[in-house]
Amino acid sequence: MYVAVKGGEAAIDNAHRLLADRRRGDRSVPTLGLDQIAEQFALSVDRVMSEGSLYDRRLAALAIKQARGDLIEAIFLVRAYRTTLPRFGHSEPVDTGAMQVERRISACFKDLPGGQLLGPTFDYTHRLLDDELDGDPAVEPGALRDGAAEPATQIADILGGEGLIEEDPLAPGEPGDINQTPMEFPLSRAMRLQSLSRGDEGFLLALGYSTQRGYARSHPFVGEIRIGEVEVEVFVPELGFAVPVGRVQLTECQMVNQFKGSAKTPPQFTRGYGLVFGQSERKAMAMSLCDRALRAEELGEDIVAPPQDQEFVISHCDNVQATGFVEHLKLPHYVDFQAELGLVRTMRAEYEATRNEDVEIREAAE
Amino acid sequence: MTSETHTEARRRRMSVLARCNSNRLHELWDKLRLEPAHKTLRGPESGLIMLRGRIGGTGEPFNIGEATVTRASVKLEDGTVGHAIALGRDGAKARISALIDALCQTMEAAVLIDAELIAPISQELDCDDEKRRQQTAATRVDFFTMVRGED
Amino acid sequence: MDAAVTHAFEGGFAEPVLDAQATFRAVMDAMARPARIIEVAPRAAPPASLSPLVGAIACTLIDADTPMWLDPRLGESEAVRAWLSFHTGARLAAAPAEAAFALIADPGEMPPLDRFAQGTQEYPDRSATLILQLDSLEGGAPLTFHGPGIKGEATIAPVSLPADFVRQWTENTKRFPRGVDLILSAGEALACLPRSARLIEVEV
Repeated sequence: MYVAVKGGEAAIDNAHRLLADRRRGDRSVPTLGLDQIAEQFALSVDRVMSEGSLYDRRLAALAIKQARGDLIEAIFLVRAYRTTLPRFGHSEPVDTGAMQVERRISACFKDLPGGQLLGPTFDYTHRLLDDELDGDPAVEPGALRDGAAEPATQIADILGGEGLIEEDPLAPGEPGDINQTPMEFPLSRAMRLQSLSRGDEGFLLALGYSTQRGYARSHPFVGEIRIGEVEVEVFVPELGFAVPVGRVQLTECQMVNQFKGSAKTPPQFTRGYGLVFGQSERKAMAMSLCDRALRAEELGEDIVAPPQDQEFVISHCDNVQATGFVEHLKLPHYVDFQAELGLVRTMRAEYEATRNEDVEIREAAE
Repeated sequence: MTSETHTEARRRRMSVLARCNSNRLHELWDKLRLEPAHKTLRGPESGLIMLRGRIGGTGEPFNIGEATVTRASVKLEDGTVGHAIALGRDGAKARISALIDALCQTMEAAVLIDAELIAPISQELDCDDEKRRQQTAATRVDFFTMVRGED
Repeated sequence: MDAAVTHAFEGGFAEPVLDAQATFRAVMDAMARPARIIEVAPRAAPPASLSPLVGAIACTLIDADTPMWLDPRLGESEAVRAWLSFHTGARLAAAPAEAAFALIADPGEMPPLDRFAQGTQEYPDRSATLILQLDSLEGGAPLTFHGPGIKGEATIAPVSLPADFVRQWTENTKRFPRGVDLILSAGEALACLPRSARLIEVEV
C-alpha cells in the first residue's frame, strides 16, 4: 500500500527561518563580509572551489557563509549553482611550467634551478596556538629579496635528460568530461584526473596514506610541488585567436615513483600527477598518490588494494554524491520501514514456530 | 600595422583588461570620457569555461574543473565590432572591455587608450607581480655546508 | 570591417532567456505531440540560406557541447557558419555520425537517416536530432503516424522529404530505442517526428 503523506510545510518554513537566525548568530557580533572570508579563510575558499569544481572566489566565499562554514554543504551549493550557467567552451591547456610561482619545493634535488622556495607554508610553524590572533595584531608585509628572476625548471626536465623518467602521454582527441558522460569503467586517465581533482580531500588523503602503508606497493618522492598563478586562454572563434581571460591559482604535485620496469619498459621513474584549484598542497599530493596507484593496470602491476581499484576510488571520491546518498537515509522511509517491519515480524513468527516445534520434538523424544 | 602585430596588440590589451581590478578600470575609463554610442550584440553574459591542464604538466589535456567567465560583444556606430571575455562575473567590466576592443581598432583611439588606460594598469599589474616574486624569493632556502674541517 | 563578418554577430536572440524559452516551449510541445503542426514566430534573423525558425531553434538547442553538422547548402555559406558559431558556440562536426544536431536546408538530398548518430542500447540519447528546412508542411504525400503522444493517429503531408522517406523512417522506428528524431520546419510552422512515432502503412 502506498500512502501519500503531506504536511510539515509550516515546520519547514520555520526551520529555514531558524537556520537563518542561527547562521547570523549573536547580532551584536558584526556579520562576516565575503571579502573577509575570501581573504582570511582563503584555504577554505580554495577547497570549496576545488571540490565544487568551480573557480570563483567570491561565489565560494558566499557558499561558505551560507553554509555556516560547513565546507561540504558549501561545495554542494557551488555545484548546484554551476548547473545554472551555460558552458561557453573550454580553455587552452594551462602551462604550469610558466606558472608565476609562490611556492616551489622538491624533495628529490636540493639545488634544482629556481631553488627551493618555501612560500607561505605552515610546514615550519610549531603548531602552537597563537593567542595574539585573538586580537588584531599589526602584521608585517612579506620580506622582499631582489635579484633577477630565475625560471623554475620542472623535475621531468632534469631527469628526462637521462631518460630515467617516463614521458608524459600524448594522445590526440578531446579529453572526456565526467560532467557530460556517464561513468563507465575503465575510465581514461584524463577522466580519472578530473574526478580526483574535484574529489574529497579527506577521502583522497586517507587513500594516499594507505598506499604508503602498504595497500598498493608505492615508494614515492615528491619530485616537485608548485603553487602559483597561471594564465588562462580561451580560443574565441569570432576573433580567430586565443584570448587571455585572466589567471587562476593552482597547486601542482609531481610524485616520482620507482618502477622496476616491465617486459615493454626499462626500469625508470614513473609519475603520479596532482593538479587542483587554489593553494591545496595536501590535496594535490594525495591526488598524485591516488593517480599513480590507479595506473597499476597500465603499468602491469598486480591490483591488490582499494587505491588501485578505479571503480572503488572514482565512484566514492565525490563528496557531493557521497553526502547525498548517506544523508538521504534520514528522509522519510515510513512505508519502506513498515514493509521491513512486517517482514521481520513474519520471520520472527516462523522462527518461534520452528523453535516450538523443535522443543516439542525434543520433549516427545525424551 | 601588419595583421599579426595588430592581433598581438589586441591580445595584450585583452590580457590586461581581463586581469585588472574593476574599480581601477572604471576610474580610468571614466576619465577618458569616451563612452561611444554603440549597440550590444551579445551579453554581457556570464557562463562557464572548462579549465584544462595537461597530464603530468606537458602531456595530453584533461579537464580540471570549470571557472566563471563573462563576455560581451558590442558594435560601434561605424560598424566596428569589439569583443571581451574575462574570468569572473563582472558584466560592467566586460562591456567596457568590449568597447575598448572596438575603439582600439582605430589607430588614434588605440594610441590614446594604450597610453592613458592600458599602460598604467599594465604597469600596476607588473609591479604586483614583481612584488610577489620578490616576496617568494625571500623564502628561498640558501643551503650552506657546515665546516667540519680537521686541522 | 567586412560586412558579411559584421552580420554574423547580429540577428541573434534580442532577449536570450525569453526568446530561448518561447522557442523551446514550441519545440517541446511539438515533440510531445508528434506530427502536429505548431505555429511559432521566429525570434532570430540569420543570414540567407538559414531560415529564421531553424536559426531560432539552433540558438535554443545547440551549444558548445553539441557538435553540429551542416548539409552542403548551409555549410558552403561562410555567413551561415560564422552566424551559427557566434550565436550557438557549437563546433562543426566533420561527419554526420559525429553530430548531436544536423541542420538541413536540402532535405531531398540529405544523407540517409542511418548515417547519423543513432545512440546505443544503453544510451539512446547519444543520437542526432535533425532539423529540416522544408518548403511546406502541407501539400505533399500524406504520412500517417501513431504512437506515444498521438491520440489515435496523426497525419502530416510535408513537401520535399527524400523520395524513400517512408522506408527510411520505418527502419528508423525499428531501431528503437536507438534512432534519430526529426524537427520539420517550414516558414513559421514546425512539426516533430520523434523516433517513437510509427508510420501506419498505407496500402497501395
